[in-house]
Amino acid sequence: MTVISRPKAKPADAIKDASMAKQKEMVNAHYDRLASARENGEKVAATFVPGNLNELLMCFDLVNNLPEVNAIQNGLRRQSGAFVMEAEKHGHSEDVCTYVKSDIGMMAKGNIGPNGKKLPDPDVLLLSYTGCFTFMKWFELLRKEYNCETIMFQTPYMADGKITKDMIAYMVKQLKQDVIPKLERVSGVKFDIDRLREYLKKSAKAEDDLVAVLQSAKNKPSPIDAYFGGIYYIGPIFGAFRGTDAAIDYYRFLREEVEERVRQGKGPVTPDGDMGKERYRLVVEGPPNYTNFRQFWKMFYDEGAVVVASSYTKVGGTYDFGFRHNPDEPLESLAEYCLNVYTNRNLPMRVDMLENYVNEYEADGLLINSIKSCNSFSAGQLLIMREVEKRTGKPAAFIETDLVDPRYFSAANVKNRLESYFQMVEQKRAGARAA
Amino acid sequence: MLDKPNSTTSDIIKRCEELFTDLYFTRAREWKAEKPGRIVVGFMPYYAPRELVHAAGGLPLGIFGGGDQLEVIHGDAYYQSYICRIPRSTVELGVSGRLDFVDGMMFPSICDVIRNLSGMWKLMFPNKGARYIDLPHNFEDDLGGEFYVSELKETCHWLEGMSGKPITDDAIRASIAVFNENRRLIREVYELRAAQPWNVPSSELYLLLRAGMVIPVEEHNEMVRAYLEAARNQQRPIKDNSRVVVCGAFCEQPPLNLIKSIELAGCYIVDDDFILVTRWENSDVSLEGDPLTSLSRAYLHDSKSTPPKYEPDEAKKGLYLVDSVRKNRAEGVIFAMTSFCDPGLLERPMLQAVLKKHDIPQIAFKYAENSGQMQPIREQAGTFADSIKLWSGA
Repeated sequence: MTVISRPKAKPADAIKDASMAKQKEMVNAHYDRLASARENGEKVAATFVPGNLNELLMCFDLVNNLPEVNAIQNGLRRQSGAFVMEAEKHGHSEDVCTYVKSDIGMMAKGNIGPNGKKLPDPDVLLLSYTGCFTFMKWFELLRKEYNCETIMFQTPYMADGKITKDMIAYMVKQLKQDVIPKLERVSGVKFDIDRLREYLKKSAKAEDDLVAVLQSAKNKPSPIDAYFGGIYYIGPIFGAFRGTDAAIDYYRFLREEVEERVRQGKGPVTPDGDMGKERYRLVVEGPPNYTNFRQFWKMFYDEGAVVVASSYTKVGGTYDFGFRHNPDEPLESLAEYCLNVYTNRNLPMRVDMLENYVNEYEADGLLINSIKSCNSFSAGQLLIMREVEKRTGKPAAFIETDLVDPRYFSAANVKNRLESYFQMVEQKRAGARAA
Repeated sequence: MLDKPNSTTSDIIKRCEELFTDLYFTRAREWKAEKPGRIVVGFMPYYAPRELVHAAGGLPLGIFGGGDQLEVIHGDAYYQSYICRIPRSTVELGVSGRLDFVDGMMFPSICDVIRNLSGMWKLMFPNKGARYIDLPHNFEDDLGGEFYVSELKETCHWLEGMSGKPITDDAIRASIAVFNENRRLIREVYELRAAQPWNVPSSELYLLLRAGMVIPVEEHNEMVRAYLEAARNQQRPIKDNSRVVVCGAFCEQPPLNLIKSIELAGCYIVDDDFILVTRWENSDVSLEGDPLTSLSRAYLHDSKSTPPKYEPDEAKKGLYLVDSVRKNRAEGVIFAMTSFCDPGLLERPMLQAVLKKHDIPQIAFKYAENSGQMQPIREQAGTFADSIKLWSGA
């Protein structure tokens, strides 16, 4: 049989609201700053999103480079698949995290960043070890290539659901005796705690607005999608902007935009424009898929499904239970921030959080997107699903994809499961009405 | 225990095999029933402060998965296909009531899966204790050391809550002494095997170590002593095998058949990372001063390197494997890593690079605790052994 292949039509440009466009500009500007760091005499620190000590790095005039964000950007631009395979060609197992492999593959192919410009080699690797074991191995792999100072900063796991004085003491002592002296040495800048206080003050302001935005999803209809849209919203604060005036401006702007949508009774903006009638309100656990991000999102908004709360938007810090960076106790505050990162919370805490989200956001149920790459999130999710379902009486469902490896995104399977799930929600509603 | 005063290695290994295949942990149940108030505390690989359980009057019980004997029915319902096997079979052991006599479980910080299992245990077995043992990755005494001492203190409080009795410093010192003896004996077995691998087959050594996970340490000391004596007094045929180090089995256990297959394929295993907890500390833990500080110092400065542990010094990365090859006169390394094991599989390329730099031959394959098909492994190990004989050092 002859198959005539025609060039696929280019998808229509995604519709973005003003805050999304502003966020994109910020991210692009940051990549440009990174790319020209050497010529501008700036030094670069690579670190991770969970436990990202951006305020501290700024005290040393270090530019923040986040390898996970690079992998995400490469996933969104459909470049990560080739990078993952490149890393596998160099002996990395098909079984392990694709963020790591995307990063290593990108490095093997010249370290060209998502903006098409070469990323500078880092001057320091700040191994903020928070809630993900893979981080440790990732930077052990990178330091071999970059041959630069590597600083381990260990965050104890919240195994018993509480933060103890000993945990904080250990972290503060690491900062004072190890992390800060090494950053001083690498950067040549003396640490000034008042500078840190100023940044933390700014962080807290932006955090207030972020929480207001995320909690706006309690409205009906929700003015935001707290998962797909949420990823845009967390970008600046989880990335290189926490503690800056730019972040304060962005989150104020975003909050005003969202409050306006609430006043107008509007739902979220999707890549195809304003979402139609809100039919399903969901809580989502787990990271998204990035290689088919828009297609994935469309499967939700085409059905009128909006995500009203998600755990992923807490992976770089959990603010909705009251934590704010505190300039009065700067180092303790950095420690508490790292401890509170979502994946650093034990399973019972995660179940409690999700249960509360389902109840407080009046969701129809819980959906888990289980990511092959990420055992930190994924191990235990089937139990989480059962527990939340049992406690809330709301239906839960499970889909499986990957972060940035396109080989693990099966659109037909995901769509099929989502459709079944929405039917389940309908049946549950019908049952409730009949009762 | 062994009834005969002059046991042969075969008598001892027969007893070890009975203990290994007993997934109801009969000996541990009996031990608990012998005296009221005794507690049994499970621990997962690769390291746990067993001395503290012993000092609390308890039996530390190694829970090392279900191997290839346990049919996992419930456990699979808790895990996605891309997660390793040991948490599934551990859940199966719990759900099926095989651990109903165990008072609490310790989960060392080996990886995200085992870490999360500690929380799952809290949810699934709310009437049992579950303690995550957060191990330090900073190796300074006043940083990671202080933190680890605080973790050990918390662990003592947790154990006291189960036993209802305080743990004294003297009791901990006495327990350290008993475990020092156990580690000394096991180091002797390893030395004997490296010197005469034909007299200490690794499948026997493995069973001997596993026995120590499910019986009181005092009994195990007797057993290891008896094995050493018997092994020294026998002479088995020497084969023209290649000498290899096996690396990667630090958590999920290799099927016994895998170890036998490597040996049958023409390899003498002269060092390995099987059941590291049995020889985690390289020398005796000090009996002087504060015992928790002694345990902490031993962990920081005198313990094994293994993939789940951070190596602060890039220059030292993987050298432990090179040292092991040199010290044990090995001719190559077999990486036997568990499928879906993040620490192991992320570490492997780094270790391979170090070996390559030192011209040490190597092969790699993956396994699961229930792997049944050994033919490919036998072929791969056999080819490796042959290639060493044919091409190395000629």
